[in-house]
Amino acid sequence: MLSRRNFLKGCLAGGGSAVAALAPAPASARGNLTNPPGGLGLLYDATLCVGCQACVAACKEANHNPAEFKTADRLWDTPLDTTGHTFNVIKVYTNGTGETKDAEINGFSFMKTSCMHCADASCVSACPVSAMRKDPVTGIVTYDPDACLGCRYCVVACAFGIPKYQYDSPTGRIGKCELCHDRHKDGHYSACAEVCPTGATLFGRTVDLLAEARRRLALKPGETTTIPRGRLPYSDAEAEKASTWRKEPDQSYEVQAGRYVQHVYGETEYGGTQVLKLSAIEFEKVGMPALPAKSSASTSETIQHTLYQGMIMPIAVLGAMTWAARRNVSKDDKDSRGGES
Amino acid sequence: MAKQDLMLLEGDARIDAAATRLSMTRREFLQFCAVLATTLGLPQGADAAIAEAVAAKKRPSVIWLHFQECTGCTESLLRAEHPTLEKLILDVISLDYHETLFAAAGHQVEEARLKAMAEHKGQYVLVVEGAIPTRDGGIYCKIGGKTAIDLLKECATDAAAVIAIGSCASWGGMPSTDPNPTGASSASQVLGKPVVTIPGCPPNPYNFLSSVVHYLTFGALPAVDPLGRPKFAYSRLVHENCERRAHFDAGRFALEFGDDAHRHGFCLYKLGCKGPETYANCPTIQFGDMGAGTWPVGCGHPCIGCTEQGIGFQKPIHAVAKMKNIQPGVFLPGVIEQKGMGATLGSAAVLAAVAGVAIGAGARLTKNLGLSHKAEEMERAKKAGKASGESAEV
Repeated sequence: MLSRRNFLKGCLAGGGSAVAALAPAPASARGNLTNPPGGLGLLYDATLCVGCQACVAACKEANHNPAEFKTADRLWDTPLDTTGHTFNVIKVYTNGTGETKDAEINGFSFMKTSCMHCADASCVSACPVSAMRKDPVTGIVTYDPDACLGCRYCVVACAFGIPKYQYDSPTGRIGKCELCHDRHKDGHYSACAEVCPTGATLFGRTVDLLAEARRRLALKPGETTTIPRGRLPYSDAEAEKASTWRKEPDQSYEVQAGRYVQHVYGETEYGGTQVLKLSAIEFEKVGMPALPAKSSASTSETIQHTLYQGMIMPIAVLGAMTWAARRNVSKDDKDSRGGES
Repeated sequence: MAKQDLMLLEGDARIDAAATRLSMTRREFLQFCAVLATTLGLPQGADAAIAEAVAAKKRPSVIWLHFQECTGCTESLLRAEHPTLEKLILDVISLDYHETLFAAAGHQVEEARLKAMAEHKGQYVLVVEGAIPTRDGGIYCKIGGKTAIDLLKECATDAAAVIAIGSCASWGGMPSTDPNPTGASSASQVLGKPVVTIPGCPPNPYNFLSSVVHYLTFGALPAVDPLGRPKFAYSRLVHENCERRAHFDAGRFALEFGDDAHRHGFCLYKLGCKGPETYANCPTIQFGDMGAGTWPVGCGHPCIGCTEQGIGFQKPIHAVAKMKNIQPGVFLPGVIEQKGMGATLGSAAVLAAVAGVAIGAGARLTKNLGLSHKAEEMERAKKAGKASGESAEV
C-alpha cells in the first residue's frame, strides 16, 4: 500500500520529468557556426588533377610522416586512406573500362581526400577537451596533442573520415591536415598546393577561392581559360600587399575548361567548408558525402545544450529514477521497519 | 639467311673487309652494329644480322632531296660520332645525290641523280628533307628549274622506300606555321600516301640510321605508328623516360631560369617543358654524342616538342604542356577501399559458438529469474512457521 508520504514523493518526481519532457526549445538552439572572413583554404579541381601524387609526397615531407606500405614489396608509399600518418590522399574513381578522364561511364576521376576545415567542424564539437580547435583568424581546424586525451570522438564524429588515430603507437596522436599552419610563419603555404604542377590544388582565402570556383563553373566546357597555380592572391590588393606569403613568380597558365558538375562542394555543406572542390563527376560517386546545409554539430549541440541547460535533464532523470526505485521497493521492508521503530 | 650469333661471324673475311672499308677496327665495327640493334630495340642476335648485312650486302643507293629547310637534319647526321658517320653515309649507304655534300653542282649533279634513279630503279631509298611549298603551283622552291612538288613526285615514283627526315618533311615543321605563306606541306601530303617519318628539329641521327640499317638488314623499314614514325623511337612520351621525372612526381619544379630549383636540376614542366605531350626517345638515347645528360632537358632547357605536330613551332615555348596519357596509378586507392580480410570461416564459427552459449545462458537465466526470491520467501515462511510452532509448544 502506498503511504501518503510516498505518494507525494512520486507525484513530485513524475511532475519533474513531465516538465522536462514538455519544456519548450530554449533560446540556446544554435545555428551553424561560420567561417572567419579571412579563413584560409584550398580549392581542389579534379578536372585539372593528373594524379601525379606530388601533393601526397609533399604532405608527408612537410608533416614528417613515414611512408605506409600496402604492397608486399614495400617499395612505395601506398596509403589506402587518410591515417594517423597520412593526411592527404588522392583517390581514384573508376568505371567500366576506365579509359576517359572525367567521364562517369567507362572513365575515371581523381579526388583529393584531406581535411575540409569545416565552418562548424564536428570534430571540434565532439572534442571533450578542446584539443581540436578552429582558429578564430585563419579558420584552420588545429589539433593540440598536449590537450588530447585520446578518446577518438573526433575520428567518429567527422563526416569525411579525416581525423585518424595512430594505433601503431603507445602514445598515439590524432593525425590530420592542418593546412601546414606551422609553415605559414616562414611564408610557406600548404605544401600540397605549393607543389601541384597543374594548379589542381590551389591555396588561398576561401572567399577568393569560392569566387574562382564560380568563375570556372561559368565557363563553357573546352573554353580557354587562365588557371592560377600555387597560391591564389588575395582579391583586394591592400590585403595582398600586407600579407607575409613568400613572393613567387606568377604561375598561371592557359587550359581548356573542364565539364564541371555545377556545384562547388563545400560552399553549403555543413554550413560551408574552407576547402572547396570541383569535379566533373557527381560528388557522391567520388566519395564526397551529400551533406545538408545544417551542420551535425549544430543539431547535436542544440539537443545536448537543451537537455543539459540548467541541469534539467540530470534532475529530471534522477527524479524519475528515484521515483521508479522507490515505487518498486517492496512494502514489507517498509512495514517491518515501521514495526521496529 | 642472316646469322643470329656473332660467334658464327668469327673469322668471316667480309666483316674484316667491311671494318677496313669503314676505317674501323673489327671490334669497333661490331660494337657499332650492336649499338644500332639496341637503338632499334631488336632482340639478341640482331647485331650479328646487321653486321652481316652491312658487310655483305650491296650498299643501298640513297637519293637525298632538300626542300624548305635549314639543312639542320644533314648537319646533325654529319655530327654523329660513333662511328664517324661521314664514313657511314658514304660507305654503308651509297649516297648518290645530296645537294649539301656534293662537290659538284648544277647539271652535273642533276645528271648523277637521273643516272642513279635509272640504275637502281625500284631499289633506291628516297630521303626527303624539308617541307614542300604547294601554294601558287609550288613556285616557292625550285631546283634545276623544277618545283619541289615535281621533283619529289619524280623521285618517289621508282623509290623502294621513302623516308621523310626532320619535322618539315614529316608534318610541315617550322615553314608550315601560321600563316604558312608558301603552303608548306609534308612529303606524305604531297605524295598522297604514308611515308616513314623521322620527325625532330633536328631529328636524332641514330633514329634515321637505325631505320636505314633496318631496311638494309631485313629488307623492310621498321614498324611505324599511324603517323609513320618508327615505333622503336617514337612510342613513348619524353616525359615517361625523362631523367627529371622523379622531380615531377615529387613536385619539385624550377619556376624561373637560374632559380635554386633550376640549379638543382629539378623538373622543367612549369617552365613549359613539352615532354608530357611529345613522343620521342631523346631521354633514352640523348643527343649529340657528348655524354650523359646532353639533350635539351638534360642541359636545363624545357623540351619544345619539336617532333610533335601542333606542339613544336606552334605552342609558345614556355606555355605549359597538356598532359597526355593521364592514367590513374596502380597504387592509387579507390573511393571505397576494402580494408582488412573479412571474416574467415574459423572466426565465424567461434563467434557463432560464443553467441549460441550466450543465448542459451540468457534463456536459462530468464527462466530462473524470480525463482530464487520465491525460494527465499518459502524458506523464511517455513522457518517462521517452525518458530511459532516451537513457542506454542513451550
